Amino acid sequence: MSEARVIPIVPLGAAQAEVERVLTICNACRYCEGFCAVFPAMTRRLSFPAADVDYLANLCHNCGACLHACQYAAPHEFAVNVPQAMARVRGETYADHAWPAALGALYKRNGLVLSLALAAGLALFLLLAVARQGSLWQAVEGGNFYAVFPHGLMVSLFAPVFLFVVFALAMAVRRFWRGISPGAASAEAVGEAAHDALRLRYLDGGHGEGCNEADDRYTLARRRFHHFTFYGFMLCFAATCMATLYHYLLGWQAPYGVTSIPKLLGISGGVSLVIGTLGLWRLNVKRHPAQGDAAQRPMDRGFIALLFLTAASGLVLMLLRGTPALPLALCVHLGAVMALFLTLPYGKFAHGVFRVAALLKWAIEKRQPNTLGVGE
Amino acid sequence: MVDVLVIGGGNAALCAALMAREAGASVLMLESAPREWRGGNSPHVRNLRCMHDAPQDVLVDAYPEEEFWQDLLKVTGGKTDERLARLVIRASSTCRDWMRSHGVRFQPSLSGALHTARTNAFFMGGGKALVNAYYRSAEALGVKVRYETPVDRIELQEGRFVAAHSGERRFAAKACVLAAGGFESNREWLREAWGRNERGEWPADNFLIRGSRFNRGVLLKHLIDSGADAIGDPTQAHMVAIDARAPLYDGGICTRIDCVSLGVVVNREAKRFYDEGEDFWPKRYAIWGRLVAQQPGQIAWSIIDAKAVGRFMPPVFPGTQADSLAELAHKLGLDEATFMHTLDRYNAACRPGHFDHTVLDDCATSGVAPAKTHWALPLTTPPFFGYALKPGVTFTYLGLKTDEHAAVHFNGVPSDNLFVAGEMMAGNVLGQGYTAGVGMSIGTAFGRIAGTSAARAALREGQHV
Repeated sequence: MSEARVIPIVPLGAAQAEVERVLTICNACRYCEGFCAVFPAMTRRLSFPAADVDYLANLCHNCGACLHACQYAAPHEFAVNVPQAMARVRGETYADHAWPAALGALYKRNGLVLSLALAAGLALFLLLAVARQGSLWQAVEGGNFYAVFPHGLMVSLFAPVFLFVVFALAMAVRRFWRGISPGAASAEAVGEAAHDALRLRYLDGGHGEGCNEADDRYTLARRRFHHFTFYGFMLCFAATCMATLYHYLLGWQAPYGVTSIPKLLGISGGVSLVIGTLGLWRLNVKRHPAQGDAAQRPMDRGFIALLFLTAASGLVLMLLRGTPALPLALCVHLGAVMALFLTLPYGKFAHGVFRVAALLKWAIEKRQPNTLGVGE
Repeated sequence: MVDVLVIGGGNAALCAALMAREAGASVLMLESAPREWRGGNSPHVRNLRCMHDAPQDVLVDAYPEEEFWQDLLKVTGGKTDERLARLVIRASSTCRDWMRSHGVRFQPSLSGALHTARTNAFFMGGGKALVNAYYRSAEALGVKVRYETPVDRIELQEGRFVAAHSGERRFAAKACVLAAGGFESNREWLREAWGRNERGEWPADNFLIRGSRFNRGVLLKHLIDSGADAIGDPTQAHMVAIDARAPLYDGGICTRIDCVSLGVVVNREAKRFYDEGEDFWPKRYAIWGRLVAQQPGQIAWSIIDAKAVGRFMPPVFPGTQADSLAELAHKLGLDEATFMHTLDRYNAACRPGHFDHTVLDDCATSGVAPAKTHWALPLTTPPFFGYALKPGVTFTYLGLKTDEHAAVHFNGVPSDNLFVAGEMMAGNVLGQGYTAGVGMSIGTAFGRIAGTSAARAALREGQHV
C-alpha cells in the first residue's frame, strides 16, 4: 500500500526558516552539488516546507565543505552557512521528535558536566551499596565480578534500560519518517543507505579527500575517528551479545579468558572506542567556529565523554580484575555504562538513527522520477 | 629582492604564482582584498571550457579544437586574435592534470546545466573551492601572499618593470605579472565608458556588478596612461540580465533570471523588445544584459505563467505573483492598458505546436513584432509571475595587448619582464560576446604562460648579475 505524499502545512520555526532561506539561495546556485546528498536532494524541490527541512537537515553530515566553498558565506550579505543552519534544525528535530515528548527537553541538558555527574552519581550509588556489605576493597577469586554484583541483578538493572532506549529511539524516528513519506524502500535502496551509513560516504567530500574541520583543508580525520568510535561501540555491543549467548545458550559463566571471543571483541572494541572518542574530542575542540551549532557542543562532548569513560573504565576493569581494586573499578564502569544508556535516546546518539533514516529516504527518493525539468 | 611579483589574487594570478614558483622563482603575491574576499571574480566561477578529442573524466564525447574555435569566432563576431585564441584552446585540453596536482577537483556536470557536460569541466564546490585549493598549494610551496595590498602604480624604466607601489609601500622584483582584473566595479569608469543616452540617462548608473567590488581597474588605467598598448572596447563586457534586487556587488550566479525563454520580457513602457525564444538560454543569456541596458531606465520584466514553474532554475528571490495579468501589471507598476495590449497581442500570436523546453521546439508566434520563435505558449494559466531585470556586469573586456608570451607591449614592443594575465588581457581573445567557461580557459592558460615567462625573465636576470 502506498501512502500519498501529503506535506502538512506547518509554520516554520526560526531555525527551519533559516534553512529555508539558505536553501533557496543554494538552489539557485548549486555549485556544491558534488559534495554530498543534501544538494541533489534539494534540487528535486522548489520550496522547503518544515518536513523537508527536517529531512535535509538530518541528511547533512555537517562536513563543512559547502561552507568553505560558498561564495555567499559571510562576510557576504547573504551570510549562507549551510552546516550551521542544518545543525540547529537537527538539534530541534531530536528534541521535537523525542519520545516521550516531555523528555525532549533533556536534549538541552545533557552537557559534559551533567553526563559525568550522572555517571559519577550512579557509580557512587553502586560503591555505597557494595561498601555497605564491606566488600569495596577486596580481591575476588578469578576476577569474578558476579561475586560483587550477581548476574541476575545486573540483568534486571540493564535490560529494562536497554529495551527502553530501543523503543524510545524507534518512536522518535517513526515520527520523523512520517513527516515525509518517500514511498516504499526497495532492497537496493536499503542496501545503499546501509552502505552509505556504514562507510560514512558523505564525509569523503565527494572526492575522497574528506571534509573540513579547522580550515578549508580537507581531512579524513573525522571519518576515521568516527569509524573507530562507531565500530568500537559495535564491537563492545557484540561482546555483550556474545557473552549473553554464552551465558544463556551454552551455560558458560563469566569471567571469560582473555582469548575468548567476548573478551577479544570487548578489548578491541574498547581500544577502538578510546582512540575514536579522543580523536573526535580533539576535532570538536578545534573545529572552525562557524561550523556546526556551538550550542550543541555540550551535548556532543557529554556523549563523547561518556563513551570514552565507558570504554576506558572497561579496559581498566579488565586490567585490575586480579587486584583488590576490582569492586571499585566495576562500580565506576557500571556507573558509566548506565549513564551512557540512560542518555542515549536524549543525546547525540540520536543523530545516528535520524541520519540513517534520512539516508534511506534519500536512497528511496533518488530512485523516483524527478518531476522538475529545470534543465537550461 | 623577490624574483616574481604577482599583482592580483584571482585564478590567473594564482596560476601565474604557482607556475613561477614551480619554475624555481621566489614569488610574492599582492592581493588588494582582505583574505575573506580574496580571489577577485574567481570565487563566482564554476567551470572551465575544455577542448578534448575523446571522453575525459568529467567530460563526455569530444569537443575538438575546431569546434571550440568556431564557437569562439561566433560569439566574438571575429573580434579575437586567432593565434592567441588557439593557444588558449589547446592549453585547455592539458591543464586539468596540473590543476588537480594543486588540489582543484572536478565534478560531473551540475543538474540544470547538463548540456555543458560535453564542453565544460565543473569545479567541485565551484570557484571558491578552486581558489582555496590554489592558495593552500601556493602557501605550501612557499609563495608569500599579502592581502589588503592594492597596487596603485608601478615604476617602469623603458618598458621594464622596476617596482610596484601600494601607498607608501614599494615592492621591487625582477619580473612582474599583472593579473589584477578589469574595471567593472569602478562606477565612474563605467559611467564614462557608457556615456549618456538619448534619453539623458547614464545607463551605467543602473548596472549591478556580479563579481568583486575590488576590480576597480586602477592598475589597468595606470598602465594604459603609462603607454602600454590597450585592446578592446570599454563598453564591452560579460553582461547578463539579473534580478533587479541583486546585491550591488558579488551577487554571482544565483541572481540570474532563467525564465526569459519561457515567457515574455517587457520594458518600462510595457512593450516587448526582443525575441525571447531565439535560442536556448545559455546561448542567449549573455546578450540580455546589453538588451536591458538599452531600455529606458535600464530595467525590464520577465513575465511567466504557472506553466513555466518547475521548468527553469529556481530564482533566488520570489517573483511578484498575481492571479491575473492586469493585477500583475498593477503590482509591477506598469501601465495596465499597454501591458494588456502587449500580452493580448502576444497571446493571440502564439501558434499551436509541440511545446518542449528541452529542444528548439515549433511553438512560435505569427504576426507580432518582435516574434518569439520558440517556446511561445500563451500566458493564460494563473498564477502569473514577474521578475524585474537589470543589467549585471560580470567582467570587462578592455585590456592590455599581449602576445603568446603574455608580455605587456609598449608601442608594439614587448616588455622583457612585465607580463599580463586574466581579465586584464582577456579582450585579446574575447573582443565581445561570451561562451560559458571561456574566461577561466583564458585566465588559466595565460596565468600559466605569464608565470612561466616571468620566472624565466627573473632567473635569466639573476644569471646575468
